[in-house]
Amino acid sequence: MKRNLVWLLIICLLPYQIINAQDTDLLKLAGGDSVAKERVTMAFKSSRVINQHSMEFIAKGAMDFRILHRFGPINSGFENFYGLDEANFRFGFDFGIGKSLTVGIGRSNVNKEWDGFIKYRPVWQTVGGSPVSLVWVSGMTVNSTPWTQPDRKNYFSSRLGFYHELIIGRKFTQGVTLQMTPVFVHRNLVDSVINENDTWALGFGGRFKLTKRTAFVFDYHVILAGKQAGTYNPVSFGVDIETGGHVFQLHVSNATGMNEKAFLTNTTDDFWSGDIRFGFNLSRMFNIGKKKKAGDQ
Amino acid sequence: MKRIVILILTLWGITSEVAAQDTFYTKGGKISFFSKAPLENIEANHSGVTCVMDKKTGLLQFSLLMKGFEFEKALMQEHFNENYVESDKYPKSTFRGQITNNGDVNYSSDGTYPAKVKGSLVIHGETREIETSGTIEVKNGKLMLKAEFPVLLSDYKISIPSINNDNVSNTIRITVNCSLELLKS
Repeated sequence: MKRNLVWLLIICLLPYQIINAQDTDLLKLAGGDSVAKERVTMAFKSSRVINQHSMEFIAKGAMDFRILHRFGPINSGFENFYGLDEANFRFGFDFGIGKSLTVGIGRSNVNKEWDGFIKYRPVWQTVGGSPVSLVWVSGMTVNSTPWTQPDRKNYFSSRLGFYHELIIGRKFTQGVTLQMTPVFVHRNLVDSVINENDTWALGFGGRFKLTKRTAFVFDYHVILAGKQAGTYNPVSFGVDIETGGHVFQLHVSNATGMNEKAFLTNTTDDFWSGDIRFGFNLSRMFNIGKKKKAGDQ
Repeated sequence: MKRIVILILTLWGITSEVAAQDTFYTKGGKISFFSKAPLENIEANHSGVTCVMDKKTGLLQFSLLMKGFEFEKALMQEHFNENYVESDKYPKSTFRGQITNNGDVNYSSDGTYPAKVKGSLVIHGETREIETSGTIEVKNGKLMLKAEFPVLLSDYKISIPSINNDNVSNTIRITVNCSLELLKS
């Protein structure tokens, strides 16, 4: 009787042990994979939403060559080939100095304007950490057109404009990123006594991914104070298309300016009454930093 | 009756002890992959691979976080995670398998032994049975596991857009190099 019981128990236990051995999750013994606080990346495809800076940075050691075009108004008709006859452009180079530090320089043909900026991220959105990224951008513009009144005493400082902004951005899901940006623009010289030197605006930008490589983007600024006479709030809608090393940003906008100072104080068309222009940003990434040998820590 | 109880306890004891004495592991294993295409070669390295094996049963398991792969160019890394393996959706890759010729490996004497491995590899949420061969080097109580094998991206539903056909190869060579030590529990 006893012996039978023993065998019965062994028979009952054995299959259990065998199954157990096959299913053993050895990985659990090692404690699984360690996940450090993960920084949220790839909130935008590019370092610009359309016109405004996005919360995204250029990778360290990379250079972004950007070619921007803003054409004439689409409603200017077939004679002007729907605005394509007229081209405003800016080309620029952005450099990734560090993971959270990007600097850039560019030149627009509108006003023969040079611009440069420094972009820094003191707070980075992390899983289990900060819910938002905070990014600071400070830029300067230099108008290099000949003086309109060369006879009078002109100061170099009159050519300068400045902008400062704080981007508060969050990548909500894989596909949705939104950001809000208070901006301050200062122009040393304005064209008329009715215009103020200081302009305050609040920007909104967002990205909605359509597929892995394309996204819908929007970019909007409300001018809160110091609006230049005869200007409108800049509005843009676009599509980002990524093809390996290039990002194409095709969009429609009422703005021609391609730096913060320009599009916030010089947008003379009203988007909502149909003065829309086609434009594109082309971004090409190059590796210029020391090649980090894969595997080097 | 007492004897039966002792027997049962002994049986339980044996089964639970197996893992403690024979399990080897690392959390800093190395896995790299290489893609050779007409326009560019792409190489990425991972040095935080978790690998655990049981020398008694020959069970062998790997796990890694896709975001841990490091590339020469930041943009490659971004595209890898964002467009190809979709790391946010499928953060891990695992392999669970068995050394099929485990009996041929003499774990008590130093040396290099050929090993055949069979099991299921999970990448991009897709599971495929793979079989490959490599070596196990026994040295001073440590085990060095090495293997090299190809995987096809199409098997794991990782698609290459036609515009990037010359940049990314469908055949990826994977190299495994893990040094395991005894798991002291």
